[in-house]
Amino acid sequence: MKLTTKLLAATAIMSASAASAVELEVTHWWTSGGEAAAVGKFAEAWNATGNTWVDGAIAGSGGTARPIIISRILGGDPMGATQLNHGRQAEELIEAGMMLDLTDVAEAGGWKDIVNPSSLLDSCTLDGKIYCVPVNIHSAQWLWLSHDAYEKAGQPVPTDWNEFVASAPALTEAGIVPLAMGQQGWQQNLAFGAITIAVAGIDAWREVTVNKNADVARGPEYTAVFNAVADARELARESNVQDWNQATNMVITGMAGAQLMGDWAQGEFSVAEQVEGVDYSCLPGLGLNEILDTGGDAFYFPANDDPEITAAQKELAALLISPEVQVSFNLAKGSLPVRGDIDMASANGCMQKGLGILAEGGVLPSGDQSLSADTQTQIEDLMAEFWSGDMPAADAQARYADLIASAD
Amino acid sequence: MSVVEDAAHSSAKGAKRPIRLFRNPMAKIASIPMILTAMVVFVGGTLWTVVHSFTGSRLLPKLNWVGLDQYERLWETPRWLISISNLALYGICSMILTLFIGFFLAALLDRKIRFESAFRTIFLYPFALSFVVTGLAWQWILNPDFGMQSLVQSWGWESFQFDPLNNPDIVMFGLLIAGIWQGSGLIMCIMLAGLRGIDEDIWKAARVDGIGTVKTYVRIVIPMMRPVFITSLVLIASGIIKLYDLVVAQTNGGPGISSEVPAKYVINYMFQAQNLGQGFAASTMMLCSVIIILIPWAYLEFGGRKNA
Amino acid sequence: MPDIALTGPRGPKPKKRFSRGNIILYGTLIMVSMYYLLPLYVMVVTSLKGMPEIRLGNVFGPPLEVTFQPWVKAWSEACTGLDCTGLSKGFWNSVQILIPSVVLSIAIASVNGYALSHWKFKGSEVFFTILILGAFIPYQTMLYPIVIMLREIGLMGDLWGLVLVHTVFGMPILTLLFRNYFASIPEELFKAARVDGAGFWRIYFQIMLPMALPIFVVAIILQVTGIWNDFLFGVIYTKPATYPMTVQLNNIVNSVQGVKEYNVNMAATLLTGLVPLVIYFASGKLFVRGIAAGAVKG
Repeated sequence: MKLTTKLLAATAIMSASAASAVELEVTHWWTSGGEAAAVGKFAEAWNATGNTWVDGAIAGSGGTARPIIISRILGGDPMGATQLNHGRQAEELIEAGMMLDLTDVAEAGGWKDIVNPSSLLDSCTLDGKIYCVPVNIHSAQWLWLSHDAYEKAGQPVPTDWNEFVASAPALTEAGIVPLAMGQQGWQQNLAFGAITIAVAGIDAWREVTVNKNADVARGPEYTAVFNAVADARELARESNVQDWNQATNMVITGMAGAQLMGDWAQGEFSVAEQVEGVDYSCLPGLGLNEILDTGGDAFYFPANDDPEITAAQKELAALLISPEVQVSFNLAKGSLPVRGDIDMASANGCMQKGLGILAEGGVLPSGDQSLSADTQTQIEDLMAEFWSGDMPAADAQARYADLIASAD
Repeated sequence: MSVVEDAAHSSAKGAKRPIRLFRNPMAKIASIPMILTAMVVFVGGTLWTVVHSFTGSRLLPKLNWVGLDQYERLWETPRWLISISNLALYGICSMILTLFIGFFLAALLDRKIRFESAFRTIFLYPFALSFVVTGLAWQWILNPDFGMQSLVQSWGWESFQFDPLNNPDIVMFGLLIAGIWQGSGLIMCIMLAGLRGIDEDIWKAARVDGIGTVKTYVRIVIPMMRPVFITSLVLIASGIIKLYDLVVAQTNGGPGISSEVPAKYVINYMFQAQNLGQGFAASTMMLCSVIIILIPWAYLEFGGRKNA
Repeated sequence: MPDIALTGPRGPKPKKRFSRGNIILYGTLIMVSMYYLLPLYVMVVTSLKGMPEIRLGNVFGPPLEVTFQPWVKAWSEACTGLDCTGLSKGFWNSVQILIPSVVLSIAIASVNGYALSHWKFKGSEVFFTILILGAFIPYQTMLYPIVIMLREIGLMGDLWGLVLVHTVFGMPILTLLFRNYFASIPEELFKAARVDGAGFWRIYFQIMLPMALPIFVVAIILQVTGIWNDFLFGVIYTKPATYPMTVQLNNIVNSVQGVKEYNVNMAATLLTGLVPLVIYFASGKLFVRGIAAGAVKG
């Protein structure tokens, strides 16, 4: 962290003297240790071109940052570029003509051929035009396990979710919290989503999330899901941290047995210099259904009147997806690159697993791409309520089904 | 003492003194900022929000009417209902406790004690601090691993449990402790000024009649301070509805959604869930609740005065 | 605005110095004082400890080894994302917001109050009543329209946009304050000046302003603490580069990289509270008058 900032400062000073340097303010919500290191790679690459990266990090989760970003764009004070989850969040902004059309950059760079899976580019596309650059693939369906904790409990490290649940009593006996869980709606919703895909399978998931079929959400597959989530809730009772990286830290230090978190948790393990297979294990699809969703982060470029800035925006767009930047960024972030044509040999075991699944086509669109922010917020609220209290699983299922029924 | 009374008082005075200086344009020009603020921001902005609460506006405000849909959804949303009941719980407890503590401290300070100004300074200083600072300070004190709970446990009472920030059932009391800490000093000051406004002869008379101290307070002093209590209540109430910063800093609505409040619901739905219509409907409901509080108060304050 | 400066105690006379009643009285006061002082004390001691000492657990114990490192870190090194410039940036932003906001809001409100007290015109009382009622409207109903207004005038995200918002929302209470004060200035003084041919501004600057100095001090105290402590407007109408200190504080404390550094968090919290605290301790009784007036603002 320290080093990158120093490097950054150095490059910033150097580039300040460059003649046609353009300052672009880039807003994002990557503020944990691993994330900040990753965004530093972007900044380095951009500053190396003689321009200046003005970092506009917004602390907190996307939920805190998005409104700030959107209100600034709407408020006529656009930043140079901004992170947003692609999908339905930016739809209305694009329709209102507030986002820069990147179609020419995409055609010049041949994005159609290199972006894999192509669904990522589809989510950036509206009416045949491309408005965002996907920069990475994140999947949420991972179970992270602490070897330390299992050693203490005298148990073998589980290889799937069911084994993990079976091993929980032994962890509790050893004074270890079985499941680390940050007390925030989106994390609880993420855990719910991961368990859904593992327990209910893809067909049921697709029927509910993509086709908004409330009957399936009321059906037996989802009853099993909600029972499993209720079990997970009991395993996470003693976990009282807030942020996801604090929960990851519980796994790193062996205070907790496991965490359900997206592949970005990888970045935290790297920062803590932990070795996959020695200090921790990762189970994509919770070891049950080796399928990952392909959400991820994308950068949007708010429309600007200044042609010089517009040109710089396009330059940055092309840079973010260039092979070298993709490799360095994704290695730091623990996410998968959006292009299939680059060498990720230096990636560690977890990322290799992810790449393997990606190559076999075991991918799903993420919830972000199927549900509106409004519906997502409602589901997050439900999950937050469910996880923090004693709501019976059946009640939660009924309310979930109602939300799906009224989703747009 | 009370500002509110001042307003009523001087407007009554003003009415008696008609000035015929309509010709002077400077006064009107100088009043333009005030007129713009009152009409454009306050009236215009509020009406705009109320009107748009009947639309299906999402990320951008649009005039696609949906009737009362937003309100129907609002009152079916568990998070809104929890927010309302949290605010009611917080509001009632905070009103009673703040009034009680404020009066109690004022009464203690009014007993010709030494170091009065030192005590007053101590009780009032939290009011100078922001809710963010207040929330963060109490978040730390109530931290279960390092704070109050672990201290009491380390004294040997191993089973002691006081972890409001992680226990949904009592989280509102965690906020309440912080809120009262921040705000009760102000009420104490107002009460103290009210007590000082009471004629010393009343105390003498009470003493002559052999009425006890507590009885004098309850039977004579408190009824005489009715306007002070009303002003304090309005101050506390108008602060409660705006409760936001404290929650964001101290619990951020958690655990789960057990400490959500209406103001936070509004901001979350307007900006995070990108459902402006829903946020507008919720803020209109907040406006309604203020009106419900204001009308009886205005009636008591101004309607009552005319009769007197 | 009658003086809230608390004259003499009027309560019943206490008995002898060491009577039982007195012990209970002072005992209670000291107990209550501890509740009020506890958070300040805990913040100070926590901010002076190193992390290893904090992990030992006793938040109430004084630091065994005093270190100012957390303060240095909070001020100039704490990170929000890549930006590791600490709270100092937020401090200077707050200063830049504070000074113009205080000057502008008081200038406008004092002229308004003056016009409303001595230069009434048709409808002025109506506008004033609306303005005062506006102080009770929940800010939430006006948040979004203001986003649109600021966008139209091109000040969204700018420090000056926030200055304008503070000026607008400070107006009801300040106008009330000045109007009541100016109304208490004898009418004869005003009439005499009129006879001498003085106009609106000359009377304001030569007669009213010099007489109104105490109320200006009250208004300044009120605005400085109110604006410095604002969080809601800061979070909505600014961007990371222009975040005021309260917003930046919340970001630093609630965004964690690895381990939570409680000592740095408490130092940051204290730093943010320092400005209003200094004003409070320095201004004494005037502060009481200011907040009693400002409490309506909520």
